[in-house]
Amino acid sequence: MNKILSRPESLTLIQHSYCPGCGHGIIHRIIAECIDELGVREKTIGIAPVGCAVFAYDYFNFDVTEAAHGRPPAVATGIKRVLPDRVVFTYQGDGDLAAIGTNETVHAANRSENITVIFVNNAVYGMTGGQMAPTTIEKQKTATTPFGRDIKRDGYPLKVCELLAATGGAVYLERVAVNNIKNIMKTRKAIKKAFQNQIDNKGFSLVEVLSQCPVNWGMTPKESVKWMDDVFVKHFPLGVYKDI
Amino acid sequence: MDKNKILMKGNIALCEGAIAAGCLAYFGYPITPQNEVPAHMSKRMVELNRVFLQAESELAAVNMVFGASLTGTRAMTSSSSPGISLKQEGISYLAGCELPAVIANVQRGGPGLGNIAGSQSDYFQTTKGGGHGDYRTITLAPFSVQEMYDFTYQAFNLAEKYRNPVMILSDGVVGQMMEPVVIRQDKPQKQKHNRSWVLDGCKNRKPRLIRSLLMAEGALEEFNWKLKKKYDEIRKNEIRVETQDIEDADIILVAFGIAARVAKAAMKQARSEGIKVGYIRPITLWPFPENVIRDAARGKRKFLVAEMNLGQMVEDVRLAVEGKCPVDFLGRPGGGLINQEELLNKIRSLK
Repeated sequence: MNKILSRPESLTLIQHSYCPGCGHGIIHRIIAECIDELGVREKTIGIAPVGCAVFAYDYFNFDVTEAAHGRPPAVATGIKRVLPDRVVFTYQGDGDLAAIGTNETVHAANRSENITVIFVNNAVYGMTGGQMAPTTIEKQKTATTPFGRDIKRDGYPLKVCELLAATGGAVYLERVAVNNIKNIMKTRKAIKKAFQNQIDNKGFSLVEVLSQCPVNWGMTPKESVKWMDDVFVKHFPLGVYKDI
Repeated sequence: MDKNKILMKGNIALCEGAIAAGCLAYFGYPITPQNEVPAHMSKRMVELNRVFLQAESELAAVNMVFGASLTGTRAMTSSSSPGISLKQEGISYLAGCELPAVIANVQRGGPGLGNIAGSQSDYFQTTKGGGHGDYRTITLAPFSVQEMYDFTYQAFNLAEKYRNPVMILSDGVVGQMMEPVVIRQDKPQKQKHNRSWVLDGCKNRKPRLIRSLLMAEGALEEFNWKLKKKYDEIRKNEIRVETQDIEDADIILVAFGIAARVAKAAMKQARSEGIKVGYIRPITLWPFPENVIRDAARGKRKFLVAEMNLGQMVEDVRLAVEGKCPVDFLGRPGGGLINQEELLNKIRSLK
């Protein structure tokens, strides 16, 4: 009998702490599958963020370090510069990457650090209880925008792929989503490419994954995947922003 | 003439000490008065095929050190006071993740942006924490260009031995002045340390994890007790102090770093005037040589602490003296340099 499906070697058997309907579990599995397929598990060093995915270090079956909030691209730079033949990636949420760590993100991209960045954008701060994120959309209600995000007061949602496309160093930027099977397969392709780029020494690759957070969006998982198509994707259009 | 003796600036000696110690990665950011460090490293490290990177900020630089260090690579960063404030986040994480690293502070006047003159006002920041949490930073205070070289060289072994950040607490005066330095000709002395914590890919071993987040019931408390054991070990083994003429002294001068240079000169002068002055120079500011000071606190002695700040180390001296002798203080804040005559007058007034 042929085994056609199994847990990727790059994932541990530990049960995830993520909420029902959350996208992190899907993204973790995609990363694990890609690392297995590329045969680089034993030379991979992952960097877990501060936020919901902080426990990623328990779920991946390869070397993982924690980093201070927003600093994974700097930590990745330090690792990759001294061990250029290892596969180094960061896993970051929108608060980590696009608020407190914007500086580290922009400069790692601009230097074209040969790393892979998996950027999970779910429009809120999950771990701390659903506060406004840099990617919260206009009028979206969160724990710190009870009347909805007011552009005049809070500014605009930050579009990371569009922003990084202007850097000289970013070589691959794509925005994908994990709200349906078709999008998940596209995400898988994008993440694999972002790792392959690093193996090929191409430089900075980032995949922005739009992900559901039903609990903090105040929706059922079913409603959240629909909101993604109906609303979120309209503000954050999917597609390739740079590929050189 | 000793061909291994070279005239150089303190900041350059700091770089060469690190290079001699086998530092393979330097991450920095410009700030006066330590600019010679990134500038010199940008040439030397590249020539030696080692890693040099000018980071986008001090925050990024210390986190790059964090990344290089967790692979078991000798790495360092440097800055001056305002930049060291920014690095405190990273230093707390280095301590919490038990990673070795060397951080040099070529102090300038503060608070805020302050000025660019040499100062000693970061004593509290360095020895009492600086960042958040219950941790300690091993701190070496050089008072000559030779010591900039030697202490930086030694800092890497200390950092690895205890898996703990080590701070070189220098200042703009020591950083900028020029003196002859004896350069080591030997290969870096690397003591064998346990490397079972290093992340370099899980080939032929189980995956490893580096973290400071310990959420399980009691886990963080247990970890802090483990840190305390380490800090006690450091206190036991690593205290360094220079003393002179304390046996018959009526007045004991206590100073560190550049202020100790002035204190030493003032002591000599006072002795020539017949005033019996002794001298204690803490070289490690943490661990602090409290026993040496406690033992010296006897009889009708007086202590005089001289610092280029409003009185920081003097608090540790008072704790060690335990009220047994009067402790006086002479200080100059904001980049003011302690003057030998001023100190001498103070000594004369205590006689």
